[in-house]
Amino acid sequence: MRLEPINNPNIARKSVPPAIALLTTILITSVLAMLAGANPFSVFGLILEGAFGSQFALLETLNRATPLIFTGLAVAVAFRAKFWNIGAEAQLYAGALITVLLGTGILQWPAAILLPFIIVASIIAGAILLLVPALLKTRFGVDEVVTTLLFNFIFLLFVSMLLEGPLKDPMGMGWPKSARLIPEARLPRLFEGLRLHWGFGLAIFSSIIVWVIQTKSTLGYEMRAVGLNKKAAAFAGISVSLVLIKTALISGGLAALAGFSEVAGLKGSLTLDLSPGFGYTGIIVAMLALLNPLGVVVAALFVAGIFVGADSMSRAAGVPTYLADIMLAVALLLMVLAIMLTRFRVIRD
Amino acid sequence: MEIIEILFTASFWAAAIRIASPLIFATLGELICERAGVLNLGIEGIMVSGAFAGWMAVYSGTSLWSGVCFAMLVGMLFGLLHSTLTVPFGLSQHVVGLGVTLLATSSTYYAYRLALPEVTSPPKIEAFQPYEVPILVDIPLIGTALFSQTPLTYLALVLVVLVAVILYRTPLGLAVRAAGENPAAVAAQGLSVTAIRMGAVIVGSGLMAVGGAFLTMSAFDSFFFEMVNGRGWICIALVVFGSWQPGKALLGAVLFAAFDALQIRVQQTSFGTQIPYQFFLMMPYILSILALIIMSRRAEVPAALMIPFNKGER
Repeated sequence: MRLEPINNPNIARKSVPPAIALLTTILITSVLAMLAGANPFSVFGLILEGAFGSQFALLETLNRATPLIFTGLAVAVAFRAKFWNIGAEAQLYAGALITVLLGTGILQWPAAILLPFIIVASIIAGAILLLVPALLKTRFGVDEVVTTLLFNFIFLLFVSMLLEGPLKDPMGMGWPKSARLIPEARLPRLFEGLRLHWGFGLAIFSSIIVWVIQTKSTLGYEMRAVGLNKKAAAFAGISVSLVLIKTALISGGLAALAGFSEVAGLKGSLTLDLSPGFGYTGIIVAMLALLNPLGVVVAALFVAGIFVGADSMSRAAGVPTYLADIMLAVALLLMVLAIMLTRFRVIRD
Repeated sequence: MEIIEILFTASFWAAAIRIASPLIFATLGELICERAGVLNLGIEGIMVSGAFAGWMAVYSGTSLWSGVCFAMLVGMLFGLLHSTLTVPFGLSQHVVGLGVTLLATSSTYYAYRLALPEVTSPPKIEAFQPYEVPILVDIPLIGTALFSQTPLTYLALVLVVLVAVILYRTPLGLAVRAAGENPAAVAAQGLSVTAIRMGAVIVGSGLMAVGGAFLTMSAFDSFFFEMVNGRGWICIALVVFGSWQPGKALLGAVLFAAFDALQIRVQQTSFGTQIPYQFFLMMPYILSILALIIMSRRAEVPAALMIPFNKGER
C-alpha cells in the first residue's frame, strides 16, 4: 500500500475518519469495561455524570483541566516547531518549587505584587529547565526526547531531596511536604463561594496569548516553518537554533505555570504527588487539540472530564480507573491515524 | 579506599552483569528497531507489559520459559501496533511511541487490577535461579561474575552475539540495515521496506518485553507498579551510546550497570550515608545524559531513522 495526498478533501473525508476513531475508542473501552464485569452503558453514564453531572463535578473537572491546559499548551507550542518536549512534568515541578520557595514567607509583600512576581519567577524557572535540553540539541545535536524524559526523573528526585531536606515542613508530621504558602501567595477564587481559582482564568488567558503568538506574530510563523521543514526554514533565512530556543523557553514557562497554579490555587503546599502525570497527559491534550492553542482548552476539559468521571465511576462500578488512561491512549493513537486519513488516500498495490 | 576495594570483588561485577541484563535485552530490541529506521518510544511501556505478562503467566501456572515466551508475544503485539501505525501509515514515531507506552502501561495496570483485585502486596513466583556453569565458574573474578548468573542473563549475552552476527553477516541483517540507511535502495532490490521495518519493530519489541520480564522473573520475583522506572528511556540513550552496534551497546549497558551497582554500594559506606539517597538515584539518569552528550558528536545515526518511506515518492 502507499499513501497519496488529497488536494481538496470534502466534508465526508474530513469527518468520517475522526468519527470512526471516536466510535472505535468507545467500542474498545466498552469491551474492556465488560471484562471487568461492568455494563459499558452504565460505565459511560457514570463517567459523564461524575464529570459534568453536578456543580461539584463540573468545578472538579474545571480544576483538573487547569494544569492540563498549561501542560497541553506547553506541548502544543513545542510540537508545532517539532521540538519534542516530553519534560513538561519536570517543568511543572520547577514552577511549583519556585512558588513554595518564594511564597512561604521569604517575601512579605502584598498579593498584588507578590503573585505576579511568583508567576514570572515560575515561568523563568520552567524556561531555564527546558533551555538545557534545547541547548544540548542545538549545540551538540543531542536528541531532546531522551534528555527531557530523563530530566523528569532527575528533577522529581531533586524535589524529593529538597522536600526531605531543607524544604521539609517542620509541622508536617514527618511527611515530605513543604510549608504552606502565606495567604498573599494564594490565588484567589474566580467567583465568590465557588471552588474554582484564578489559575483557570490564567490558563484561558495563556491559551489566547499562545494563539496570538502562533497566528499573528513573526515568531509563530517561524515556529511553524521550522516545524514543517528545517532545511527550507534555514534557507529562508530563519535561524533554526534561535527559534528552537525561543520555543523551548515559551514551552517550559507554560508548563511551569501548571505547577504554580496547582500549588498557589489548589494545594497550598508542595508534595511529591502534586502531579499525577499532568506533564505526560499534556501530550494527549495537545495532540487531541491538533496542536491548536484554543483547542487545547477544549481537549483539556474533555481529558479532565474523563479522569474525574472515571474516579467516581470506579468507586460506583468497581472498574479500575486505569480504564480512563487506556481510553485516552487509544483515542490518541486512533485520532493521529484518523487525522492522517483525512488528508491522504490509501492506495493498495 | 572502600570504593576501590569494591571494584575488585566478584560479587560487585556479578551484580553489574545482573543489573545490565534487562538493559541488554531492551537495548538490543531498540537497536534493531532503529537500525531498520524506526525510533520505538513504546519501549518503556512495552517493558512494563513484559514484566507483568511473564510474571502473571508463571503465577497462573505455566513454566518459566513459557512465561518468557508469553512476555515476548505481548511485546510483539505492541510492536505490531506501533509498526502498523508508523511504517505503512508513516505516522509520527514520537507520538505513536509515547501513545504505545501509555497504552501498554495503562492496560498492564488495568489487567493487574482485574487479575488481582484483592491483593495488597503482589504475590511472589518461583523465579529463575542462578546456574553455575561448570568449570568456567572457577575462573578467578570473571568466573563468578559471568558464570553464576540466571539463565536469562546467559540468553541476553548470547543474543548480543546473535544479533551482531545477523546484522553484519546475513542477507537479512543487510536488508534491515539498508532499510534504515537507504530504503529506496532496498525497494529497488524488490524487497519490501514495509515488511522489513515492521518485522524489525515487532522482533525488537519482543526483546524489550523480555527485558521487562527479566525484572519480575529473574531480578525479583514479583510485579510492582513503577518497576521499570525509566529503564526504557535509559536504553534509548544506550543505543546512541553504543553507536547503534550490539557490541558497544553491551559494553555501555555493563558500564552503566557497574556504575549503578557501585552507587548502591557507596550508599552503604560511611561516606555515602551522609549524602541524600536521591542523589544516588539521580546518577543513572545524569550519566545517561552525559553519555549522550559525549557520544552525539561521533554517533553514526542510521540515515533514514524517523523518516517514513512511502513507495512512489522521490
